[in-house]
Amino acid sequence: MVSELINANPIVYEKKERRARSVPTAVEEYAVEPIDQQEVFDILSLQLFWYGLCTFKNPEHPYSLEELKEITEDAIEVDDQQSYVRVLCFRITFTPTVEHCSMATIIGVCLRVKLLRSLPSRYKVDIRVVPGSHASESAVNKQLNDKERVAAALENPNLVDMVDECLAPSYD
Amino acid sequence: MEFYEGACELKLLQTLEGHTDRVWSLAWNPATGTAETPLVFASCSGDKTVRIWEQNPSPSSSSSSHSSWNCKAVLEDTHTRTVRSCSWSPSGKSLAVASFDATTSIWENVGGDFECVSTLEGHENEVKSVSWNASGTLLATCGRDKSVWIWEVQPGNEYECVSVLQGHSQDVKMVLWHPTLDVLFSCSYDNTVKVWADDDDDWQCVQTLGEPNNGHSSTVWALSFNKTGDKMVTCSDDLTLKIWEMDSTSMQSADGYAPWRHLFTITGYHDRTIFSVHWSSEGIIASGAADDAIRFFVEDKDGL
Repeated sequence: MVSELINANPIVYEKKERRARSVPTAVEEYAVEPIDQQEVFDILSLQLFWYGLCTFKNPEHPYSLEELKEITEDAIEVDDQQSYVRVLCFRITFTPTVEHCSMATIIGVCLRVKLLRSLPSRYKVDIRVVPGSHASESAVNKQLNDKERVAAALENPNLVDMVDECLAPSYD
Repeated sequence: MEFYEGACELKLLQTLEGHTDRVWSLAWNPATGTAETPLVFASCSGDKTVRIWEQNPSPSSSSSSHSSWNCKAVLEDTHTRTVRSCSWSPSGKSLAVASFDATTSIWENVGGDFECVSTLEGHENEVKSVSWNASGTLLATCGRDKSVWIWEVQPGNEYECVSVLQGHSQDVKMVLWHPTLDVLFSCSYDNTVKVWADDDDDWQCVQTLGEPNNGHSSTVWALSFNKTGDKMVTCSDDLTLKIWEMDSTSMQSADGYAPWRHLFTITGYHDRTIFSVHWSSEGIIASGAADDAIRFFVEDKDGL
């Protein structure tokens, strides 16, 4: 585990006030749905998932990732590709708190694991560091989006423990 | 080759279940699929096992392609992490298996049961690919430690490492021997394809196909040769397939090797990473990508 803090004094941003959102009725996700209804269901799934994502714990600090401006709601896009098969992509960008933050890759893996556990497997996920926010952003992005590298990393029990700890809700 | 609209349609014959995690790769046994021997292939999985599948012999009158498949064996209790890929020896007698646990295992069918007859160690971390040369005398492996290893097959299931090739600056995704020449090709996360040949047992990188050669601009995941071995196709995270040819006009070395050059790039068909590509013996290039699509490409009359 990280023994010394790399980023000792992060600026804390106030959590945004939430608008109430309606909960969708249960829809059989693998049924053949008319396009409009499925699209609505998927977007609502995203809203519900978002609440879960905000309970992220930054590995360096107990504040949630959203409070640290690591990830914001408008950084999540649902991209709708029209072809023979509907492929819904998430493109998430996150801003590591310090430009050289070595935790960027860990945070990226945490995001990917959270999405893997929350979304139906048909979703394709792209995770990128916000452009300009990290010294080696293309290297971080490439690693985070290499399916084989991520799969191999997640076979490392130490990494999985760290990710599980980051994703555990904090009650305080 | 004649090509008709619809003549190349994919029909799902059967879905084979058994693996309990992602299936990463599979390999046809080259010595099967004859009148005497039903077709066999091996599949590799994140569940740490390899499964051997065999087609049931077809009833005399019907077409063999409709006969069903069964799991004949499960190769387990050997690897401690994902089994990433495998390759049959040219004789079909041995199966080499590459694993994220940093080892490569060799299996043989001994009286109907598959046994692990050897384990190759040496890579520092995940082994990603393994390939036999055309004569079955050499084996190559590669992995995230950026190296390519060449092993010599010796009697009594002994495998001796004859070379550890450094050169790639990143994770090596796949190795493949040329179909006729003892020339090895590797492709990598460093966006290049490297060509390795030996000069009296001294193995060297004789060519690197990178961006200056019209190469890929992101990870190269796989490569495949055409039947005659004078052309090759590569696929990449940069969303393109590239066709290369051996430049026969330039000087050939003593063992018949000549440099490769870019012929053209196929672009605009996949919008996510292309993970696998294969050039069939009938001249069809098949590609598989993260956009959940399999695509077939053929050369038209004008050679494009």
